[in-house]
Amino acid sequence: MGFIKINNIRCKSCYLCVETCPKGLIKKSDKTNRLGDYLVEFTDNENSCVACAMCAKRCPDLAIEVYKD
Amino acid sequence: MDDKKVLIKGNYAIAQASINAGCQCYFGYPITPQTEIGEYLSAEMPKLGRGYVSAESELAAINMVVGAASTGAKVMTSSSSCAVALMQETLSYACSDELPVVLVNVMRAGPGLGYVYPAQGDYNQAVYGGGNGDYKIIVLAPSTVQECIDYTYRAFYLARKYRNPVILLADGLLGQMMEPASFGKNPYPEVDVSSWALSGAKGRDGKAIYSCARDEKAHIQKIKDLFKKFEVITENETSYEEFETDDAEIILTAFGSMTRNIKASIKVLREKGIKAGGFRPITLSPFPAKRIYELASQGKNFAVVEMNMGQMWKDVKFAVEGQSYVSLINRPCGEWLSVEEIVSSVENILRTKEGEYASCI
Amino acid sequence: MQAVFSVPKSMKENFKYTFCPGCDHGIAIRLVAELIDELNLRENTICSTCVGCSVFLYDFLNIDCVEAPHGRACASATGVKRANPDKFVFTYQGDGDFASIGFAESMHTAIRGENISAICINNTTFGMTGGQLGPTTLMGQVTTTSPFGRNKEYYGYPIKIAEQVALCDGTAFSARVALDTIPHINQAKLALKKAFEVQLNGLGFGFVEILSSCPTNWHMTPHDAHEWVKNEMIPVFPLGVFKDLMEK
Repeated sequence: MGFIKINNIRCKSCYLCVETCPKGLIKKSDKTNRLGDYLVEFTDNENSCVACAMCAKRCPDLAIEVYKD
Repeated sequence: MDDKKVLIKGNYAIAQASINAGCQCYFGYPITPQTEIGEYLSAEMPKLGRGYVSAESELAAINMVVGAASTGAKVMTSSSSCAVALMQETLSYACSDELPVVLVNVMRAGPGLGYVYPAQGDYNQAVYGGGNGDYKIIVLAPSTVQECIDYTYRAFYLARKYRNPVILLADGLLGQMMEPASFGKNPYPEVDVSSWALSGAKGRDGKAIYSCARDEKAHIQKIKDLFKKFEVITENETSYEEFETDDAEIILTAFGSMTRNIKASIKVLREKGIKAGGFRPITLSPFPAKRIYELASQGKNFAVVEMNMGQMWKDVKFAVEGQSYVSLINRPCGEWLSVEEIVSSVENILRTKEGEYASCI
Repeated sequence: MQAVFSVPKSMKENFKYTFCPGCDHGIAIRLVAELIDELNLRENTICSTCVGCSVFLYDFLNIDCVEAPHGRACASATGVKRANPDKFVFTYQGDGDFASIGFAESMHTAIRGENISAICINNTTFGMTGGQLGPTTLMGQVTTTSPFGRNKEYYGYPIKIAEQVALCDGTAFSARVALDTIPHINQAKLALKKAFEVQLNGLGFGFVEILSSCPTNWHMTPHDAHEWVKNEMIPVFPLGVFKDLMEK
């Protein structure tokens, strides 16, 4: 089982991670950053994240860290 | 190196002196009348296991120098007038980056391509610079082949001591002239550069050398600090030579190899009963303005003798602050002003009694 | 709990990229940092940075850096390397820096076979100044200085950098990669590794051209910008390895 941590200070809301996650586990959040852009959040209720790290590799701002249990 | 005198050409003297000073890398592009420096070093540097690159342009050469200097290496490039013009951008960077760059300019005639005969038309280029922003370069002007050696040693030392670019401003006459000179030993101590030089961040965080300003206040402070540093350089390193100024009524003032002709002219003028003296800035930057002011305050007039349209003349007038007359005896380029020409010009100046006299021969 | 992906050690602590959202510079720098970690180069590296969007590299990477004037990074790196042959030396430049104002320096560094690595980010435009026509702007592409699109009458043609570099005898490795998809990002890292390794093996000039997005100046969303890299840039600038002495 995997999970990710999103660094909201580095995230610039480009949403490339949203389209990259093969399981659609990353979605736009209701929370915003300093500029008023909607951040992203990771929701994995069914423990389907396999820590493939594609979101982190895609992220241009190094805002995602990936872990595996 | 011993003190034995050898008969040697100015360009070769500069090249060998740079080796003696410990120059680790030379980067250059050919241009008359300084090409022998690169030729000499292309043969000698590989024997010593040191760096030599025939750069694709002067732009590349001076930037190779900056790259190597950022690691604290002793490095040099040499060039001439119109090609030194190409290096001005990077000299501005090097001053801001506080890098120990040594640049030899063996002047030829300008403007534009000009020609290969000697001139002193790069006084402004060296002293005031053609780069952007506020910066100052140390400029040393040799007048003999022996001084080419001595000031090359000094250039490497000052560049590292003050982390500031140094220009050795010679001219085609000196570069191509053969004279007896001795190399002696480089008299200057080594300077520790480890506090700032890039070495690969071993056991520490990365360091960056850059001129890019990010914060206005810090930027302003940085420029102020650079100028404060130059005040220290002015205090410690300003140097000049005086000849028979004590009783002089008129002081012939020249830099570089024109110094030779004013020395000879003073002798002739004195034989004619004219109380002539001589003054010769060794450091064109920092300029010995203070001493010129003192001499002017004693009522002594000046006649600046130079091979350009009056570039140092302006600085002497500025230093005199209107206390006495500053005349100009000059030719833009080509054949050096002869002793006869200088002597008769001085006689003309003295005949005018008052006012300043400009005599472009 | 095991970290599968974390920030490379060679990145500065608490860095924050100053690039626009969706800009691929951040990925390129991350790949460089990962390789510096993997090849254990951090304490022996000096980087020559350039002018343009990549100018603040020294804010992100915890390595020694010297700033070169616009276009002169390869010349500056030559100086660093000649004075310090044992150091790992690389440049990180934009296409305007490497292939427009600095084309002479870049090519001659390759021709001399200077034992350094050079990275060129190709985003078809001068990014930092706001999206002007650059050496790699595509035919027909609208920029602030080609408002009617690039045409051959006014502007001539875009340059294919990696192919040109590969032609130089001194080049040991030259490749073009892209960062538009995860497989391409993985390939980009392999190419960068080769460009570093040829230097470490003393084989000569190692070069990688990286096709990169510039959503802001292309006036596109990050998603559309990456589609544009795939659909418009890659057909003109084909990906691949154009020279590799390690293979011989």
